[in-house]
Amino acid sequence: MIGVLFDGFAYGMLLFLLSVGLSVTLGMMNFVNLAHCAFAMLGGYLTVTLVNRFGWPFLATLPMAFLAAALVSVVFERLLYRKLYRATDLDQVLLTIGLAFMSIATAAYIFGTVHQSAPTPSFLRGSIEYFGINFGVYRLFLVAVGLAVTLVLVLTLEYTRFGQQVRAAVDNQRMARGLGINVDATFAATFALGSGLAGLGGALAIEIVGLDPSFALTYLVYVLIVVSVGGLGSILGSFIAAVLIGVSDIAGKYYVPEVGAFLIYLVMILLLMWRPAGLFGKR
Amino acid sequence: MFKKVLGIGAFAAAALFAGAATAQQGPIKIGIILPYSGQFADAATQMDNAIKLFVKQNGDTVAGRKIEFIRKDVGGIAPDVAKRLAQELVVRDGVDILTGFVLTPNAIAAGDVSDQAKKFMVVMNAATSIITTKSPYMVRTSLTTPQINEALGKWAATKGGVKKVYTMASDYGPGLDAEGGFSRAFKEAGGEVIGSVKMAVANPDFSAYVQRAKDLNPEGIYVFVPGGAQPPAFGKALSERGIDPKKIKVFGQGEITDDAALKSMGDAALGIITGFHYDPNHKSAKNDAFVKAFNAEYKRNPDFFSVGGWDGMQLIYDVLKKTGGKTDAQGLVDAAKGSKWESPRGPISIDPETRDIIQDVYIRRVEKVDGKVVNVEFDKVEAVKDPVKERMKK
Repeated sequence: MIGVLFDGFAYGMLLFLLSVGLSVTLGMMNFVNLAHCAFAMLGGYLTVTLVNRFGWPFLATLPMAFLAAALVSVVFERLLYRKLYRATDLDQVLLTIGLAFMSIATAAYIFGTVHQSAPTPSFLRGSIEYFGINFGVYRLFLVAVGLAVTLVLVLTLEYTRFGQQVRAAVDNQRMARGLGINVDATFAATFALGSGLAGLGGALAIEIVGLDPSFALTYLVYVLIVVSVGGLGSILGSFIAAVLIGVSDIAGKYYVPEVGAFLIYLVMILLLMWRPAGLFGKR
Repeated sequence: MFKKVLGIGAFAAAALFAGAATAQQGPIKIGIILPYSGQFADAATQMDNAIKLFVKQNGDTVAGRKIEFIRKDVGGIAPDVAKRLAQELVVRDGVDILTGFVLTPNAIAAGDVSDQAKKFMVVMNAATSIITTKSPYMVRTSLTTPQINEALGKWAATKGGVKKVYTMASDYGPGLDAEGGFSRAFKEAGGEVIGSVKMAVANPDFSAYVQRAKDLNPEGIYVFVPGGAQPPAFGKALSERGIDPKKIKVFGQGEITDDAALKSMGDAALGIITGFHYDPNHKSAKNDAFVKAFNAEYKRNPDFFSVGGWDGMQLIYDVLKKTGGKTDAQGLVDAAKGSKWESPRGPISIDPETRDIIQDVYIRRVEKVDGKVVNVEFDKVEAVKDPVKERMKK
């Protein structure tokens, strides 16, 4: 039982790391970014390349995955996304799903369609046993990273000047400009933060779920579920939603494998019927 | 769309009668239908590379006639597209032979064209048992899923030292076929299946399934998951849950320990026992030469897709030699029946009754050799026929 809970929690942390960036961009900036997982894939491929081709240690590649995804996303934000901030949802969806498909083709062209892996250091492998329960070491690591990211994000967005600027820019752009906030720069930075987190999540996901060019679409479903269940724009909501989905997924597969993989959709439906705006949705 | 297909079909039929009357001269045309793009592109690449290598080594002239290839991309699981491409190849391009086919639905769809247009067809991978019954002009040079899994199931119960297994398979056609074959043969040989789980096909995390298997405490676990990202994910779940394949025996079909999967699993894979028809580490002069040439050309080991393509080409060349370059389907398929040759995978032959491949199924264990984690063959089941069609005869 505790083992199942732990596995679910760790899986939830992975989902959280993958989706929290979208919660930031979609929730805070109202931008429907279906290319979110493409940035995650970028982080993943960077880690694979650095580890396998250049012999970097796995842990050292993680900040690089964050930075690379953040930097690339700023370029896209300046060139493409910015023009569509006030466009309709449909326009945003079309642009970003197109980008997702392009990223799949690009990844397949550069890296081939073969499944990629990045060996983790030996101290992150295997499992340790407490009271007869196996805790995967890598999962413990995921939980630690997930909690740290949550803490940093909540503190940044709630208590720093940057966080206040973001919230002001989102709530009332004209007023924010009037107060001397550089709204463009704030949006770019927010977008970079969200995509960087996706890159980090992509790099961390390799060990659990692997990486191939279809990553950009495969995990989009999970990410959208987490964000919609959590409620747009709420970091804490995404966190709780990710844990709920992770635990119900793992528990479902363990106790009722016949419906196992369907259970997360059931949980999503029930939660959204109860709270249509998501657990912590404001709108 | 439907009208268009119908139109092509009618045109195809008309053109065929016309084509059959006038014997073709000039080059022999071979149409290759493969998923060059999309999710299965890697399989297509591995297979096509073997085809190219075969032609490079054996020349592009057989029985005095030049060989010409026309390649078509089917893009994935798309039987309607495969059928349309096969029709186009036959009608517009006038091919004499259809080949390729990584995926079962595509092979079945093109099988109809082979049957109606009377074209020799060589299936180089698609592994569902019944495919070859779709056309009397079809031959297979790869494997059938029951062939491998029933051989493995019987072996596990008789020589594997395991009487109680738990089976885990992805919930889709090939998974159900493979698990069904293994369980059937395992039970027939006196074993007991103590439980079974069907897992979602697109399943990223196996920890819960593996934990449940462990809690039931079986002597062995049988597993089938689609190749690609899933085998390593499964292997990692095994090691994380503390299942040691050296204690609880883990059985599966060969893809779960292919090159990419082993690289990603590392030591976690040690001890996993698989049944399969080909591995680049198979020890024979023929295979050594094949692997070396393949690596020299493409910087990568060949896999079972490659060997299926290689042997498909071998068969096509052999039968064309036997018919003296004549390409009528009946002549070619008659020449193929009962063919025997030495493949990189070992001795193989074509069953004259079912036109399916007869081959040895190797039992391999993952071991560390010279610091590398590889599949080591330690036993084999010789000359295995497709068991499903054997039963259909009765």
